[in-house]
Amino acid sequence: MQRGRSDVEELAEDESGEELLLSSDRSRQAHITSSSSAEASLRLAFAKFQSTVSAHSPMESNQAKPSLLASESDSQRTLSPYVTGTSVVALKYKDGILMAADMGGSYGSTLRYKSMSRMTPVGKHSLLGASGEISDFQEICKYLDELILHDSMWDDGNSLGPKEVHNYLTRVMYNRRNKFDPFWNSLVLGGVKKGEKYLGMVSMIGLSFVDDHVATGFGNHLARPILRDEWREDLSFEDGVKLLEKCMRVLLYRDRSAVNKLQIAKITEEGVTISQPYSLKTFWGFTAFNNPTAGAEGS
Amino acid sequence: MFRNQYDTDVTTWSPAGRLFQVEYAMEAVKQGSAAIGLRSKTHVVLACVNKAQSELSSHQRKIFKVDDHIGVAIAGLTADGRVLSRYMRSECINYSFTYESPLPVGRLVVQLADKAQVCTQRSWKRPYGVGLLVAGLDESGAHLYYNCPSGNYFEYQAFAIGSRSQAAKTYLERRFESFNDSSRDELVKDALIAVRETLQGETLKSSICTVAVVGINEDGTNEPFHILDQDAVQKLIDAFEIVKEPATEAPAAAEPEGADGAGASDAAQDPPAPAAADEGAAPMEI
Repeated sequence: MQRGRSDVEELAEDESGEELLLSSDRSRQAHITSSSSAEASLRLAFAKFQSTVSAHSPMESNQAKPSLLASESDSQRTLSPYVTGTSVVALKYKDGILMAADMGGSYGSTLRYKSMSRMTPVGKHSLLGASGEISDFQEICKYLDELILHDSMWDDGNSLGPKEVHNYLTRVMYNRRNKFDPFWNSLVLGGVKKGEKYLGMVSMIGLSFVDDHVATGFGNHLARPILRDEWREDLSFEDGVKLLEKCMRVLLYRDRSAVNKLQIAKITEEGVTISQPYSLKTFWGFTAFNNPTAGAEGS
Repeated sequence: MFRNQYDTDVTTWSPAGRLFQVEYAMEAVKQGSAAIGLRSKTHVVLACVNKAQSELSSHQRKIFKVDDHIGVAIAGLTADGRVLSRYMRSECINYSFTYESPLPVGRLVVQLADKAQVCTQRSWKRPYGVGLLVAGLDESGAHLYYNCPSGNYFEYQAFAIGSRSQAAKTYLERRFESFNDSSRDELVKDALIAVRETLQGETLKSSICTVAVVGINEDGTNEPFHILDQDAVQKLIDAFEIVKEPATEAPAAAEPEGADGAGASDAAQDPPAPAAADEGAAPMEI
C-alpha cells in the first residue's frame, strides 16, 4: 500500500478488517498534486474532487496546475473516469428481477468498445449491473468474487443474499469516497433470496436506496418516468422485457453514449441468466431527427 | 518431589501427548457454577446457577446478550468470559455494519474458537479459563454450541458445564431426544429442572438462577435473546412445581413431567415464594 497515508490511518483500517478495500492498484489513476503539508493536500484534493463531481463531461480535464504539483507525487486518485458505460435499467417483475444494459464502452465521447458486458452474477442470489468507469467495475467484481469465495468456503448453509451484497457495496463505495478516491460507478444490485425480491442502487458517493425499479445515469431521467407510468408489481417476464426494451430504445435515441447492442439479465429463485447480445429495431426517419436543433435558441 | 515437569507453559508437550496447561484451563471451567443450554428446532434456552463470592456480595453475571440473535452463558473465570463476550459483541456489530444482517452463529463460534486456540500455541499467553455456551439463531435455524478453552467447539442439542454439571447432563441425556420438538415453555421447564439437578440439596429459587431465551415465534417473528426477569422465573418455578419435595428424593426427579398439566395446584409452592422475595432483596442485584 504505497499511497501516502499515515501509519495511523493504515492501522485503523487494518483493525476494522477492511484492508481488502485498500489494495487496489490501477494504472489509470492520475497524479495529484500538492503542497507541503498533508492537510493542505487533502483540502486541495477535496476542492478538486468537488469540481470534478460538478463537471458534466466525463473527460473534462481537471489536471492540476503544474505549479501545485510540486511534491507528494505518490498520492494517486481517480480524478475523472476514462472508459465508461452508460445507463443500467432494472425492475422487479413477477418472479424476480430483470436488468438491461447496453455493451458500449465510451472513451470520453468516443464509442470505443462495443462488447463490454456490464452485468454479472454475484453468488447464487444476486445480480450486479454497473455504469460508469469500467475498470472500477472490474475492480469491484474482484472484491465481490473474493467476498463470495470466502463466504462459500464456510460451507455452513449460510450465504450472502442481495441485501448483504448491496450493503457491502454501499460500505465499499462510501469508504472509497471518504478517501477522496471514489469508485466512479453507479451500481445496480438485484436479487432473489428465499422468495424475497430485492432491487437497490449505490452511487459513487455511497448513496444507496432500494426501489421497485431503478436506472442509472441518463436512464434516471429518461427511463424512470416510463417505468413510473407502466411498471406493475405482477409484470410477466415477457411484459418486463418489453418494458425494458422500450426504455432502452428511448435511451438509444436520446443518449449519445448508448449503443444498439444490449443484454438483458434475469434473476429468479432458480438463478441468473444473461441473454446473448442483441439489437433493437430503430427508425431514424422521424422528422424531428432530421434537424434536431431546429427551433432551439441560437440555431 | 514428583512435580509435573511438563506443565510450566502451554506449549510444552508431555511425553504422553498432553498439554497440561490447556487441561488446567479446562479444569477451571468445572470450578465455575453450572451453566446449561438446550435447544429445540426453534428456540434455545440458557440457564445458569448464580453463586455469590461472599455473603456480603452479589453474584456475578453469567449470561450475556451478544446481539439480538446470540447470547452466551459462561462457566469458569468470569473475567475471561466478559472479555470474550465483548469480542463477540464487536464481531456481531461489525458484521451488521458491513452486511446489515446478523452474523451466522456458527461463524462467530469458529472465530471464537480460533481466538482461544491461538492461546494454546503461544508461550507468552495463557488459555482462557472459561467455557461458553453459545445460543443463537441464523438462517439455518437455532443452534447451541459449546466453546472450550482448548479451542475446540461442539454443537449440541443440550449441554451443561460447570460444577456438578454431570447431574444436569444426566437429566438432559435422558430427555434430549424430545427437545427438538419441544415448545419454548417446555424447554424453559427442562432448563429449570436441569438447573435444579446441579443444586445438590439447595432449593431452586429464582434468586439463584438466571434463564435466557432466544427463538422464532410461531408467527415467524423472532424472539430476541433476552434474560427472563426474576419474577417471571419464580412464577415458572412455581407453576412447573419443580421444587423438590423433601419427602420425594432423587428417583422422583422425573416426576414433574408426569404431572405436566398440574400447573394450577401450587399449594406446596407457597413456602418458597416468600423466601424468594427475601432473596430478591439481595445486595446490589444486577
